[in-house]
Amino acid sequence: MKSPVFKGYAIAYLVFLYAPIVLLPIFAFNDSKVIAFPLQGFTTAWFGEMWQDTTLWNAVRNSVIISVSVAVLSTVLGLFAARSSTRFRFPAKAGIMGLIMLPLVLPEMIVAMSMLVVLLAVGIELSILTIIMGHVLICTPFAVAILSSAFQSLDQSLEEAAYDLGETPISTFWLIILPLVMPGIISSLLICFTISLDEFIIAYFLGGNETVLSVYIYGQFRFPAKVPAIMALGTILVLLSITLLATAEYFRRRGIAKSGGKDTGGFL
Amino acid sequence: MTTSDPMIEFRDVHKYYGDYHALRGITATIRPGEFFSLLGPSGCGKTTLLRTIAGFEDISSGAVLVDGRDMAGVPANKRPTNMVFQSYAIFPHLSVEENVGFGLRRDPRSKEEKARAVGEALEMVGLKGYGKRAAHALSGGQRQRVALARALILKPKVLLLDEPLSALDKKMREQMQVELIRLQRQVGITFILVTHDQEEALVMSDRIAVMFEGEIAQLADPETLYRRPNSRKVADFIGTMNFLPAKVLEEGAGAVEIEAAGFGRIHVEASQVMGGATAEGATVGFRPETLTILYDSSAATDRESMATIEEVVYFGDMTYYDVRIDGTETPVRISMRNVFGRPVLDRGARARVGWSPGALVLFR
Repeated sequence: MKSPVFKGYAIAYLVFLYAPIVLLPIFAFNDSKVIAFPLQGFTTAWFGEMWQDTTLWNAVRNSVIISVSVAVLSTVLGLFAARSSTRFRFPAKAGIMGLIMLPLVLPEMIVAMSMLVVLLAVGIELSILTIIMGHVLICTPFAVAILSSAFQSLDQSLEEAAYDLGETPISTFWLIILPLVMPGIISSLLICFTISLDEFIIAYFLGGNETVLSVYIYGQFRFPAKVPAIMALGTILVLLSITLLATAEYFRRRGIAKSGGKDTGGFL
Repeated sequence: MTTSDPMIEFRDVHKYYGDYHALRGITATIRPGEFFSLLGPSGCGKTTLLRTIAGFEDISSGAVLVDGRDMAGVPANKRPTNMVFQSYAIFPHLSVEENVGFGLRRDPRSKEEKARAVGEALEMVGLKGYGKRAAHALSGGQRQRVALARALILKPKVLLLDEPLSALDKKMREQMQVELIRLQRQVGITFILVTHDQEEALVMSDRIAVMFEGEIAQLADPETLYRRPNSRKVADFIGTMNFLPAKVLEEGAGAVEIEAAGFGRIHVEASQVMGGATAEGATVGFRPETLTILYDSSAATDRESMATIEEVVYFGDMTYYDVRIDGTETPVRISMRNVFGRPVLDRGARARVGWSPGALVLFR
């Protein structure tokens, strides 16, 4: 890393990655309908315009319903999978866990296409519900990954100790296991929420007439006059995403520190 | 209950993990109020056996009885036993007093009485005033004490200790050994300790079961185990024992005449004769401290041999000599206390070595 070539490359890479994002808040506050330099002056009018858009609010409502449902469902499913994969031995475990984790690397397009074909064939109407189904599929592997790390750092004799001291398996779960993996659960909820909120392809394919935030934003780009308001919305979303991911990572690390384990991974 | 009734009884206990035969017919009894150790190398089944008492392992056949009651079908949370885990298993999200009081959650006593019980338990293990501390901020030795207090507060009939001292450094370990003995005498509860450290077992236990490959090789008090190991394997595992080849000459009632390399003809009592010889045939075994280098110029007796000193290891209070007794192939180890005024011998020196027939063990 001493060579100036590598240094230049690293800087160029980071600029390419983050400069467009930095442009969002710049033009969100720029007093002009045209997205171009030089800047025309400071305004918060675009945030006001955005605020009054009822289709936007409908999309936000749909997105929130979907993301919250997906976060909860994926985390619950992830909890089961992570618990069994770290605690029990069963036949074909590696294969089963591999299949659960596969959507992590499977192109979303394939998931979206195949689900669309099946849903249409079965005759299920496209709605928020179908988007939730698709999103749970791609979010569950993330939940499993986060929760497995939480369960792995949990000393198995803690459970036995609680059991030995008179607790039942169920009360042991509530008193010992759940509090100790809680940071992992919170982290999983937040990450699944964020992934679902950002997701476009599945939401576009399986949404039918229901518009979610990402699809709405994409649609608005057809109208140049709307673009500054979208910039304002984007600014809010960037802040929200950063906050959520940072919170998730904070809880994941705290969970590992609390149960005395070593940090062996994570997303940030 | 009379004192002769056993606290723990194993009746032909077998345990299989798939094809692996982990416990191979364990039959033993542990007395009430006893400090009992399960000693053996790793993988010998000692922890598995302990866990069958706690209820964490099902047994494949046989029976485990605690205080006369068959434990079959009794889950761990309903057994009159408590355990101190190797990792201590202190609940990291709870405070010290919450940890210690954890087992009292279902106790009908009032809050104040429970708090008093927690305070007494902490005082008993020397952690008075530590109640409000966060458990994960404690040192290894302190965690150990919290684990002890947490298990003892329920006044179990049996306290199970799974290698409780293995994670501590040497000094702390020796200190905790003494404290555990004191604690056991104070509470009078049956303690069952699993350890791979023979010294620890000898220091702490009333009786020890030495285990190899899922079987109890010998069950005896520490002195018997040390002085009369019933096989070469046990002798090798506990302390240091020298071995020299021997031949049985004559077998009488209650005694045996043998010819041992380096010692000549010896008369040994039946109580000194053990099984467990290896393929090479009969062997005599003796501890390093049962041989003595004779410094005085007293007249030669028939209980001494001439030897050459091959190695000298000086330990301050002790000196270990590896000597080769005339007429033998392998050197044997002698330990001598360094009494003031007694010279440490040099390598290569010749010495008279005295021995006592009563301290020998014959493996045949």
